[in-house]
Amino acid sequence: MSTAGVAKSVYEQIGGEPAMAAAVEVFYRKVLADDRISHFFEDVDMERQAAKQKAFLTMVTGGPSSYSGRDMRAGHAHLVKLGLNDMHFDAVVGHLKETLEELNVPAPLVQRVLTIAEGARADVLNR
Amino acid sequence: MAKVKHESRWYPLESGESVLDGLLRQGVSVPHSCRAGACQSCLMKAVGGAVPQAAQVGLKETLVAQGYFLACTCRPPEGTELEVAGAEALRVPARISSLSFLAPDVLRVRLVTDAPFDYRAGQYVSLVREDGLARSYSLASLPREDALELHVRVIPGGAMSGWLAAEAPLDQRVFLQGPAGSCFYVAGRPDQPLLLAGTGTGLAPLYGIVRDALEAGHTGPIWLFHGARTPAGLYLRDELRQLADRHPQLRYRPGVLAGGTRDIAEGPLDALIRAECPKPVGWRAWLCGDPQLVLSLRKKLFLAGLSLKDLHADSFLPSTPQVGASPAAAGAR
Ligand SMILES: Cc1cc2nc3c(=O)[nH]c(=O)nc-3n(C[C@H](O)[C@H](O)[C@H](O)COP(=O)(O)OP(=O)(O)OC[C@H]3O[C@@H](n4cnc5c(N)ncnc54)[C@H](O)[C@@H]3O)c2cc1C
Ligand code: HEM
Ligand code: FES
Repeated sequence: MSTAGVAKSVYEQIGGEPAMAAAVEVFYRKVLADDRISHFFEDVDMERQAAKQKAFLTMVTGGPSSYSGRDMRAGHAHLVKLGLNDMHFDAVVGHLKETLEELNVPAPLVQRVLTIAEGARADVLNR
Repeated sequence: MAKVKHESRWYPLESGESVLDGLLRQGVSVPHSCRAGACQSCLMKAVGGAVPQAAQVGLKETLVAQGYFLACTCRPPEGTELEVAGAEALRVPARISSLSFLAPDVLRVRLVTDAPFDYRAGQYVSLVREDGLARSYSLASLPREDALELHVRVIPGGAMSGWLAAEAPLDQRVFLQGPAGSCFYVAGRPDQPLLLAGTGTGLAPLYGIVRDALEAGHTGPIWLFHGARTPAGLYLRDELRQLADRHPQLRYRPGVLAGGTRDIAEGPLDALIRAECPKPVGWRAWLCGDPQLVLSLRKKLFLAGLSLKDLHADSFLPSTPQVGASPAAAGAR
């Protein structure tokens, strides 16, 4: 998008850090309730997992995030060894979409977030 | 290589080794129990050098500011030089003022400290024996009461619980470290529905929290679920019934896996909770006791709509023996 430098990020438009806390709960609930992917996210420490979900949401909404593509590769490599594939990726993206819609994020912004997420596919799946 | 200085001697750490494991391996005695950052028995103080942030997770601000850290979760990066000291300065002397059984395998231990001991009902303390054996126990008493009260499940062969049940004399001198943990009542929303659930001695902190909430004038419904294998494990039943008779907002729900009666529900605790509290959205909850149960209830209640910030949990993680330690050495600790 040519106006990307001027336009506010989706992260800012949906309310920044305070809005993230609410989004994390909605998103994490969906992920944990989904038997296709919940096993990737089960952690004895739910707070720690929630913090990671927040890092994920901040990144895909264009918030302050310092992860590189290489970080994404390294961060998911152990999951790829456990069988992480396109089906899981699509499931996560589906929950992301539903979460944003439930929080009444306008459709064009949702689309922007999904585009950012899609851009991480190769790195996340280590291809 | 990272190295740690303790009482004027340097000890090298192996790559990735925790300060606790490195010191124990080289013969330094450090109190410890869970080895998982949950019980705070292994608290130490950094007097020189920096500790990784991960080693201070869960500690009170005031302790963090003074350089305290948990030795079992402290894995200093290569090249670190760390000078450490024990947490003796934080230990409060106490003596055992009474020992009595609440159930065949539940011991009530009352303790009196020399100086006033500041805590919130439901927090836990580390009980440290004179020889350094340390285990954490939740407080069942209220701060206004004269003695501190613990409910200790007596485990066959248990170092601390076995000693308390069979050997410790009245007036025995011990030390307390703490309090710690965020399992306590927070005033400010007197009509919020509360859910308290625990199995076995997981009732200890809940017994403090429920009385604290009632005394603070909580008016909203308070559900207290206590689970045990059989009715014999449901201790303090009469006291809780009477408390519920005096406070209609309190709903006391004892449950067992086998041997239920008219007054005692039968079935897994999570099923009992789901049947009576199907939609706990906006509630506050406390879950205490068996780690497996706490973990699964936490997830179920979160999925049922409870917010993470309103979910308080204390897992009673057992002690973990030192890797490579002989069984005899582990038993002696
Ligand atoms: C934050 C926190 C709060 C706690 N609060 C309480 C409390 O209020 N009341 C209470 O009774 N305990 C509580 N505990 C557990 C307590 O700290 C000890 O782990 C427990 O009393 C056993 O210690 P022990 O020295 O008697 O047995 P140990 O000598 O440590 O253990 C003997 C053997 O029994 C095993 N074992 C230990 N616990 C169990 C268990 N629950 N089930 C099966 N096997 C076991 C051990 O792995 C070991 O093999 C708490 C723990 C934590 C981390
Ligand atoms: C849109 C694509 C994705 C992005 C941008 C993304 C982003 C991130 C980020 C930023 C972290 C790091 C959090 C941290 O450690 O601080 C992370 C961790 C994690 N991600 Fe993803 N992720 C994506 C897809 C997925 C998918 C599809 C799965 C599995 C179904 C997944 C599972 C995990 C898990 C389990 C962790 C935690 C790993 C650990 O325990 O350290 N991610 N992700
Ligand atoms: S917190 Fe370190 S041993 Fe329990």
